[in-house]
Amino acid sequence: MTGSNLFRLGVSFIMYLIIQVFVLKDLVLFGDAFCFLYVYAILLVPLEIKTVPLMLLGFLMGLVMDVFYDTPGMHAAGTVLLAFLRNPWIKVNTPRGGYDDNVPPTLLNMGLAWSTAYTLPLVLIHHTCFFYIDFMGTSFSHSLVIRILSSVLFTYVLAAIVQLLFYTKKKGI
Amino acid sequence: MQRIVLFLYSIRAFILFVGLELIAVWMILNYNSRQGAVFLNSSGQLTGSILHTRDNLLEYFYLGGINEALIEKNARLLKRLENLSPAGDTTYFELDSVFAHKFDFWSAKVINNSLHLRQNYLTLSKGRRQGIREGMGVFNEQGVIGRVTGVSTNFAKVISLLHTDLLISSKIKRGGVIASTRWDGVDSKKAKLLYVPRHVEVEVGDTVVTSGFNATFPEGIHIGIIDEVNEGEETNYLDITLEFTTDFSKLSYVYLVENSMRLELDSLNSETNILPNDGQ
Repeated sequence: MTGSNLFRLGVSFIMYLIIQVFVLKDLVLFGDAFCFLYVYAILLVPLEIKTVPLMLLGFLMGLVMDVFYDTPGMHAAGTVLLAFLRNPWIKVNTPRGGYDDNVPPTLLNMGLAWSTAYTLPLVLIHHTCFFYIDFMGTSFSHSLVIRILSSVLFTYVLAAIVQLLFYTKKKGI
Repeated sequence: MQRIVLFLYSIRAFILFVGLELIAVWMILNYNSRQGAVFLNSSGQLTGSILHTRDNLLEYFYLGGINEALIEKNARLLKRLENLSPAGDTTYFELDSVFAHKFDFWSAKVINNSLHLRQNYLTLSKGRRQGIREGMGVFNEQGVIGRVTGVSTNFAKVISLLHTDLLISSKIKRGGVIASTRWDGVDSKKAKLLYVPRHVEVEVGDTVVTSGFNATFPEGIHIGIIDEVNEGEETNYLDITLEFTTDFSKLSYVYLVENSMRLELDSLNSETNILPNDGQ
């Protein structure tokens, strides 16, 4: 990983943080569909990043989110879980011929089918973790399921649009 | 020994994973305890100022509504002032203001608010330096909002009425029946009114206000309007749903209230083993 790549990674993390805190935090469709776009900052780092630094990054990211959402530890728990599962899940999803090194696994680089198979389950796990903790101590109901599914869908669609608009092919951002 | 180290090294990712998750769980469990109130949350110095900047930018879009609310509050206060000023032809004793004065009021601006989670908090733009203290009640011209749980130098964190742990001592205005209001986490416009005995006659449309029995709020601040009355499953109490008079999605400026006799009231209560009926 070269210096300029590292710089790009840092900039993209900060951009995701700013967008999440300033814009998406108050954007909740129909009172149920949340948008946690920031998880894509972790999902879209180049494949060569190892699990340990990724988890530390995820934990930091989650903590910052927790500070702004007033949800101590909830985002952090979700993002650490996501970061822990990312690399094994990428290994499971290896296409024929393997991966190119140092390529961010974005929609344009990897194609719609692979990207969906890669991100959707991980986002689902993150959201389930977050909303499950949020609902703990109160009565569970079908609204938990609705909330998780609608949020996953919202996050996924918005992330797809962001990747189409702001990422270029084969080159990171 | 070397093999143990090598083994531990080979599962370092998992160990780190467990460690970080434990930290997260520890934070989740500790957050609602009172001593941790201003540890790593939105009323910290840096996050507070970031949220303040954000709110300053967004405020312009809501100025119309804010002005309307202020005018409404002003009009109501003028009317009360009119009623309070002594008429010229009756005898009037002015009491010493020490006895008459019971509540202090402050104002503040909401810079962070959430209403879609189960545990919602607000952040206010004033803190210890401006005289805000823990335990103050928060309300606006529409009704009750919450209670201050943590104060930093320039910001304060408020536990919202939209938090499933907060109980507000309330009463039904018509008839004066005492009850408690608690949010059930389902709809950000509705809450449950607890501990109303079955023999009480309650009608849809009755107003629910603060009781003034605990030291947080003065008597008579609006909480909600009764929306639904059911028999419920519990044998002793009615199952009552009320609709908040406060619109939590549009909070801008709020008022804080402190009972200047709170200390005396609390110490009397604890001496005589009476717990105020909202717990904390």
